Amino acid sequence: MLKILKYSFYDLMRSRWSYVYFIFYLLLGFVLLFLNNDVSKAVITLMNIIIVLVPLIATIFGVMYYYNSKEFTELLLAQPIKRTSIFLGQYLGVSGSLAMSLVLGLGIPFTLYGLLKSNAIWDFSLLLVAGAFLTFIFTALAFNIALSNENKIKGFGYAVLLWLFLAVIYDGIFLISLIIFEEYPLDNFSLVSTMLNPIDLSRTLILLKLDISALLGYTGAVFKKFFGTNFGFFVSMGVLMIWTILPVWRMVHKAKRKDF
Amino acid sequence: MIQVANLHKKFGKTQVLDNLDLEIDGGGIFAILGPNGSGKTTLIKSILGMVIMDKGSISVLGAAIKTNWNYRKEINYLPQIANFPGNLKVRELIKMIVDLRQKPNRADELIELFKLEDFLDKKLTTLSGGTKQKVNIVLSFMFDSPLLILDEPTTGLDPLALINLKKLIQEEKNKGKTILITSHILQFVEEVADEIIYLLEGKIYFKGSLEQLKSKTEQTDIEHAIAAIATQPQHA
Repeated sequence: MLKILKYSFYDLMRSRWSYVYFIFYLLLGFVLLFLNNDVSKAVITLMNIIIVLVPLIATIFGVMYYYNSKEFTELLLAQPIKRTSIFLGQYLGVSGSLAMSLVLGLGIPFTLYGLLKSNAIWDFSLLLVAGAFLTFIFTALAFNIALSNENKIKGFGYAVLLWLFLAVIYDGIFLISLIIFEEYPLDNFSLVSTMLNPIDLSRTLILLKLDISALLGYTGAVFKKFFGTNFGFFVSMGVLMIWTILPVWRMVHKAKRKDF
Repeated sequence: MIQVANLHKKFGKTQVLDNLDLEIDGGGIFAILGPNGSGKTTLIKSILGMVIMDKGSISVLGAAIKTNWNYRKEINYLPQIANFPGNLKVRELIKMIVDLRQKPNRADELIELFKLEDFLDKKLTTLSGGTKQKVNIVLSFMFDSPLLILDEPTTGLDPLALINLKKLIQEEKNKGKTILITSHILQFVEEVADEIIYLLEGKIYFKGSLEQLKSKTEQTDIEHAIAAIATQPQHA
């Protein structure tokens, strides 16, 4: 598997896309710091961008990579290599290089700006961890979609729909249901539905870490009570883990049964 | 060498392989023939484990291939359409495959034979179809494995390369290897094959030597024999 990982990673590192992605974050980091002049504020702005952009890029990139490397995959399948290793290696190559672009691209400007001495370092680290999780989750989802759809256009369509659903539509449905059922106690409902969407979960985690939960009203207090504790934090991390492992597991399962 | 027993494979609603049984003992060149869509490539890919069979069993070199992947160490495969990762250079591709298989190889000798030296630093997307096929041949002949599977090896080759390919195939045969070939070029088949396996509608229709095929169909040349066998009602 490590060899496949190496080749996928190497292949991606040579492609222009990884650089574009890396340079984008590098510029974003510098510009935000320059405009905000404050690490904590920059972290908040950054969060809003990362939470939406990272899943989008990971989804599109994942689908694109899978379809583009079809030949490579077929070549590998005839070699004495385990199927699981081929797909896990490629998956880790893509998600690893994307996560690296994110962490390095944002890490460099913030470190240069004096992040290590500022007290925003934990917020910032949490932001990067959430970003990395989102990368791994959405790349895995994208691989799932691509494996199930031979037709590229369909695959791309589903991938974009998935992103749109989790990033935008889910929140809409969530809000509408809050309004419709406002007569009922909704604390647990809100908690659970937040947990079920990795984008919302990451956003809530970071927001609460940033101590601006007062803005969130009563539900915010409930959230704070849950996510603010160590227990809540570990449960959230656990849920993000599950969100990563389940799609990866299904990807491997699907790949084992696919004809090439 | 290869045992296939009641192999079934469906793609959607099309039954591509239908209760296929095949036994290939070691040594010699076996040509798998059949009209388009008769399941030749599916059969080959099932043996390689690229296509997952619905029912049946396949064993290669005495080991069942289900859940096993190590047996592919003993197979060299030449795919039908030479599709390679485009952004790699020829040299890198060869290096990669050598690295993945960890076996002694004779790539340099083959590169010289097919005059590929000038293409080593070119990217695979820039190569013509015939040159790609030559790279394909280098990749599939450079390791010393007891079983070779060649899917349409002659596609796009110039006459000189074709002569070299035939020479290579004969060499491998003389080393006692088993070679499976699919081809639509009957002249090529007639020249190299020891035995013919004729597939039709997902079943083995005929298996035997060229002479047997000719006498069975009462034809004098292979083209007419192949044409006649498809219209004959009885099974082999």
